[in-house]
Formats: sequence, structure tokens, C-alpha cells
Amino acid sequence: MTSKIVVDRKEVCDIIDRWGKNPEYVIEMMQDIQESYRHLPRAAMQQIASATHTDMARLYHVATFYKAFSLQPRGEIPIQVCTGTACHVQGAQRVMDAFSRELDLRPGDTTEDLQFSLDGVRCLGCCSLAPVVAVGKKLQGGLDSAKVGKLLDRYRKKTPQEKETRDAQGND
Amino acid sequence: MPKVTIENLSAIAAEAQEKHAAYKSILLVCAGTGCVSSGSLSFRDVLQKEIDNRELSSELKVVATGCNGFCAHGPICVVQPEGIFYQHLKARHVPELIEQHFVQGKPVEHLMYRAAKGERAIPLEKDIQFFAKQQTIALRNRGRLDPEDIADAIRRGAYQGLQKVLAEGIKAEALIDLILRSGIRGRGGGGFPTGIKWQTCRQASLERKETAYVVCNGDEGDPGAFMDRSIVEADPHAVIEGMILGALAVGAQEGLVYIRKEYPLALQRLYKAIDQAREWGLLGDDLMGSGMKFDIQVHQGAGAFVCGESTALMASMEGRAGEPRAKYVHTVEYGFRNAPTVLNNVETWASIPPIVSKGAEWFAAIGVGDVSQSPWGGSSGTKVFSLVGNVCNTGLVEVPMGISLREIVYDIGGGIPNGRKLKAIQSGGPSGGCLPESQLDLAVDFDTLQEAGSMMGSGGLIVMDDRTCMVDVARYFISFLMDESCGKCTPCREGLVAVHEVLTRITEGKGRREDLDLLEDLGAAMKEGSLCGLGQSAVNPVLSTLRYFREEYEAHINDGRCPAGACKALIRYTIDTETCNGCGACVKPCPTAAITGKLKQVHIIDQEACIQCGTCLDACNFDAVRVE
Ligand SMILES: Cc1cc2nc3c(=O)[nH]c(=O)nc-3n(C[C@H](O)[C@H](O)[C@H](O)COP(=O)(O)O)c2cc1C
Ligand code: SF4
Ligand code: FES
Ligand code: FES
Repeated sequence: MTSKIVVDRKEVCDIIDRWGKNPEYVIEMMQDIQESYRHLPRAAMQQIASATHTDMARLYHVATFYKAFSLQPRGEIPIQVCTGTACHVQGAQRVMDAFSRELDLRPGDTTEDLQFSLDGVRCLGCCSLAPVVAVGKKLQGGLDSAKVGKLLDRYRKKTPQEKETRDAQGND
Repeated sequence: MPKVTIENLSAIAAEAQEKHAAYKSILLVCAGTGCVSSGSLSFRDVLQKEIDNRELSSELKVVATGCNGFCAHGPICVVQPEGIFYQHLKARHVPELIEQHFVQGKPVEHLMYRAAKGERAIPLEKDIQFFAKQQTIALRNRGRLDPEDIADAIRRGAYQGLQKVLAEGIKAEALIDLILRSGIRGRGGGGFPTGIKWQTCRQASLERKETAYVVCNGDEGDPGAFMDRSIVEADPHAVIEGMILGALAVGAQEGLVYIRKEYPLALQRLYKAIDQAREWGLLGDDLMGSGMKFDIQVHQGAGAFVCGESTALMASMEGRAGEPRAKYVHTVEYGFRNAPTVLNNVETWASIPPIVSKGAEWFAAIGVGDVSQSPWGGSSGTKVFSLVGNVCNTGLVEVPMGISLREIVYDIGGGIPNGRKLKAIQSGGPSGGCLPESQLDLAVDFDTLQEAGSMMGSGGLIVMDDRTCMVDVARYFISFLMDESCGKCTPCREGLVAVHEVLTRITEGKGRREDLDLLEDLGAAMKEGSLCGLGQSAVNPVLSTLRYFREEYEAHINDGRCPAGACKALIRYTIDTETCNGCGACVKPCPTAAITGKLKQVHIIDQEACIQCGTCLDACNFDAVRVE
């Protein structure tokens, strides 16, 4: 996958219309675009700017202010480790460190193949199951650092290279 | 669909009740976020299928509700009318449940709650200790109705407060007076009297001849709290009705709800509830046939804690970056689109309808203090808390104001799990504080908590056991706020970085003796000089832990020791030779391969290779890993 995602003008147009071309709803438009493209492509931002008569500077102020937005493409599978207080006191930091090690990513970053991105979020709203992680849209509670590797294996794409090493190990 | 009017509301409620009562049993399956993530929806689907297959659907009705409250025991199903409580349900329990309970009439004991292993099963929800001391007002419909069906809400009494006001022709002034007399204070953190806020807004609106707005704050930025989302998910019409009543009081025609996009279920249920309310004539141009005009729009927050602050929230709803502005002009006077604006928290709005229908005196009689002269005289009503952390019965609780922390933690919460000791209770989120065990008998109300150096906050209540390091907790909150500070003003932006630096060096054992004074000085400067509440109260977690847990700071600084065994740089993991049975569970997960040992023999950790990640602690099934 490459980071060049082609912006579908029609789709962006529909999103803008859904929010009535209303400048008070640029945040919502940008959220929808972020969801479709996993970032805010410049072309889409330009479309919002002209449809809502808002200048680009203001849109980019908004885009860089809120955590939900990213100017670089995020991973296909977002991993959100809850670092809310309830999860923190139940060992969320160890879980986060484990993901960081396993994926070789710092929180906030995305893997080069754009498969995973890793983020800390503050409370996923099911604190009773702490520590909690959201992988894509799926929430998973009662996690600990020792379970992280296994969890990731379920989502990991097997690259040919990995298969090879695996086979090689098998032949030992 | 029927148009609801002042005259026919009771008839619609009665009709819905009749339909409801025609079923032999109603199965209330919790579909709150907690239960959904432990699989309640697939349980519900299998349950429904089994009922259909056995042709029992005319007798048994399955309802997916919002959070029941006892999340620790989810997925949950409560069977009405008896109120039988089933817990930890899985799809595979369905055939047994249907056969035994609903065909043979013998409730299934092993799916019921027990106070402890081996104790007898407690069949009824109301007999469970967790629920016994609770009193529900804002959560009156939790786990009791289908949040996606307005008729079910009406059956449970929704819109009766509104009906009363319209039918009796209660004037705006009288409505405000009622709210004032109830003594209700804002549930979003500050505890500002709601009646006074409404009065000020109405005055500003009349004086300037500008139509006011009512706004619901559902940003819920407090990390570790889920009260507001649960209310919206369980009972969205309570919030809508509250806002309509607020609109009547201040003369607003438009209301806005601000909810974060990270709460998809709450958003989805709210959108649906608003649509239904419009169709049924409870929002729009002619509310209940009274001629009143009012509608509600929703704005989705994009993940910024500071957007919970009133001026930042208004900016965000106008499509701008959520940066606070100086508050010498309050948002009640110049708020959304510069018009007079009432901003209240979700729980505040949800508490308004019962106050209107049951009366100010009923509400004022619950809680502590005397609010008959002024709402400032006490704390009336109830408060919702999300009780989480190191406590047995985690979940959502609603208790009368004035209850003690001890009752919440031990009677409702069931104490601390794994035989550990209570260390502190954190309330008020990042602006709040930590109270030690010695303060357990404090009454939970706005003023008492404030005096003790903590605060009520929006309702996050986090219980911490003796493995929690209070310096680390303080550092945790400061790092949260450092991320969330909007950076507009210097004391907050730079102050947080400085405080964080000091705390970090203390947790690394590099603290200096003068650091504690430095923290207090920095705190004072930030309190004085910051623009908004975030910066002003940011050091509260530091100051309260310094006040109650000073010796723990000193142990880090003077002895380079973390008494709780939490600060990475100051601890060593070892394996207890007595307890280790050589199962090898820790060997593979260790990322640096620091653990060695033969199967069935004691394992050891190579201290050179160990990076203190704690994975072995999590992996060990026999508690053999020690922290020093
Ligand atoms: C930094 C900051 C964050 C806040 N976050 C919230 C929040 O998430 N939810 C909320 O209801 N109030 C929050 N508040 C308080 C609101 O500004 C406001 O006082 C409240 O919504 C008023 O409603 P109430 O009177 O019903 O409590 C926050 C305040 C500050 C300073
Ligand atoms: S106190 Fe902090 S969050 Fe508030 S305006 Fe100043 S920098 Fe922004
Ligand atoms: S703190 Fe992690 S889910 Fe709430
Ligand atoms: S989510 Fe089911 S009880 Fe809270």
C-alpha cells in the first residue's frame, strides 16, 4: 500500500453536503474525511475551504489542534491503548510498553507498511474491564503485557520474508 | 406514529405499559459499552433466536438496554417483573436459561450473583449489596428501557415533567425558582447552582433581546469516567427533556449537545432519540401542541480535554479550535454565537425532569446541608460516580450526597480485591485530588471534598491499592494535562512542563531536597496566572498527594526508594524461590530473554538484561514474581 490515496471529489462533496456546507460543522466534515482516508488529504481540505468559505489557515489550525486528526496517513488497524486513570492503576503503562516493543513504534506513530498505528487514549468507557485496548473497532478488556504478542499475531500480515524465516526455523 | 400532546401523553404511556405487561417476562440485556465488549450482543442474538425457535416470542420480550451499572459482572440480564439478576452470561448459557427458567419455571442458580465463592446465590437484583445503598435519579431508567424506543421511555415517565409545565402553564420565572429551590448544583465538576445560571442567562437574554441557547456538555474528558456517556446511552430522552425544560426557562429555541466522536454508541442513540422526538412532536415547531418551538443539534467533539471548558466548547461548536478565552465575560452572557448560553452537564440535564415532576422539596430533602435559603447552603440530590480501579465491584453508582467514601468503597464497592490494602481514592479527574484512607469517613459532597483538598468533579472515583505509587499518579495526571494544555497561556504551558520534569526526576530517584518546595511554588504560580480552569487546577493532584503522602515523595528523594514498587527506575524484579514452580510461563513473554531456568525448576531473572517491563509479573500465574 502506498501513502498516496486518491481523493474522490464526489465522496468529499457528499460529506460536505451531509453537514450542509455549514462552516460550524467543519470539524464533523474533517472527522468523516479522516475516517475515509485515515488522514486529511490537502485536496479534501481545499474542497472544504471553498465550499464553506473558510480559509485554509483556519482549517489547518483546527486540523492540528484536535487529536482525532492527522495530516499523515494512519495505519489500517488503529491500536488504541487506554491510558485512562482506571487503566493506569491496573498496569496500562506495561501494556503500552509491550505494544511499543512488539510493533517497534512510539505512541502516536504508524508502521511503515501502514498496517498499524499506535496511540494512547484516555478512557474507552469500559473502565470496569481495565486495562482496555481497542484494536480497530473491537474493544478488548482484561489485557496484560504478556498477552500483547499473541493478540497482535491475530492481526499481523504474514510477509513472505516472515514465512521464510518461520519455515527455516521449522526445518532446524 | 402518534403526535404526543399535552392531553394524550398519559394515554400513550398507559398503552405502552399495557403492551409491556402483556409479556410474561421481559429480558433486559445490558448493551452498555462494558457488556458489549464482553459479548452481550452475541448473547442477545442467540437468546432471541432461541426464543423465536421455540415460538416463545409472544411471551418473552428481549430488550437491549443501556448500562445496568454492575459492569464488573457483565454481560448482565435482568428478568422482569421479578427482577432476577443473571451475570457473566455467554451465548452457550442460552438453551439452559430458556429451558430451566422460562419453560420449567426454575431460575438458574449458577448464573446468579454470589457475594463470594461458595456463598449462596442471590436471585434478586435489589438484594445485591452493590445496589442496596444506591438511589437513582439521573440513572432512574438505567438498564430498564430500550433507549432506541421512545414509547418505552414514555412508558417509564419521560416527558411528564414537560407535560406538567405546559399543562399547568408554569411560567419561566416559576420554573427557575423551582430549580433554585431544589438546590441542584452542576454535576460537571464546578458545582455551580443551576438555578442561578439559568436566572442570569434569562436576564441577559431579556436585557439584550437576544435569544438564548441551551447546551449540553457531554465531552466527558475525565480519563477514567463514563457516567455521562452511560446516561446518554441508557436514557437519551432524559437529557432531551431536561434541555427542553431549560429552554422554556431561558427562552431558547435551539439547543446543542456536544459529545465526543469516540463515543459512537452514545452518538448513535442520541441521534435516534432526537429523530424520534421530532417525529412524535416533542421537538420542532409545535412541542406537544403547545406552540413552543425548540430543536436540538449535535456537535461531535474531536478529542481535546480542554473542550470541556465552557469557552473552548463554544469555540469548538462554532467549528474552530477549542481554545479558551478569558472569562471576565461569562458564557451565560456571551456564549455560543455570542448569545446568552446555558451550559450544563449531561447528568445535570438528566436530573431536571424528575425535579420538575416530583417537586423541588423532594429533591432538596435528599443530600446534605440546608438549601432552603440558597443552593450554596449544601449539596442536594444524588451524584453518579464511575467506581473503578482497584475495587471489587467496579461499575456505575448513584448515591445520595453526603454518603461517606467508606460506604461507597466497602459497602457498594465490596472492598479491595486480592486481599490488598486501600491506599487512596482519587476523585475529580485531573483537576481533583487523592484522599488517603484516614479520610474515608468524609461525606461526599461538593464542599467537604473541596476542603479536604480534592473535589467532587464530574464523578470519576478511582480506588488505588498499596501497589500504586502516589508520585507516579501525580506525574500521570500532569503528563495527561501537559498533552492536553492548549498552550495559549504561558503559566499553564510552561508550568506543566516544569512540574512534569521535577516529578519525572523524582520517580527516577534523581529528586533533590528542594524539589518539594519548588513544586509548591510552581503550583501557586499556575493557579494565579493561568487563563482557564485546566491550568488553574492542574497542580491539584500534586498538592493533594504532597499533603497526604509526603513521606512517599521523601522516600523517593532521600532513599531512592519507591515504597509501592511502581517506579521503573527504582525497582528490581526477582523470582521468589519458594513460590516458583518452574512452569516457564514467563520465559517466552520476556522481551529480552532475561529469564532462564529448567522446566519444573526455579527460574531466575538476569538483572543485567532486565528492562523492568513487568511482563513476567503479568505472565506469572502463581504470584512468584517479586518487586523490590
Ligand atoms: C479543562 C476543563 C474541562 C472540563 N471538562 C468538562 C467535561 O468534560 N464535562 C463537563 O460537564 N464539564 C466539564 N468542565 C466544566 C464545564 O466548564 C462547565 O462548568 C460545566 O459543563 C457546567 O455544567 P454544570 O453546571 O451542569 O456542571 C470542564 C472544565 C474545565 C476547566
Ligand atoms: S490554562 Fe492551559 S488550557 Fe487553559 S487557556 Fe491557558 S494554556 Fe490553554
Ligand atoms: S480508563 Fe481505561 S477504559 Fe476507562
Ligand atoms: S455496561 Fe453492562 S453493566 Fe455497565
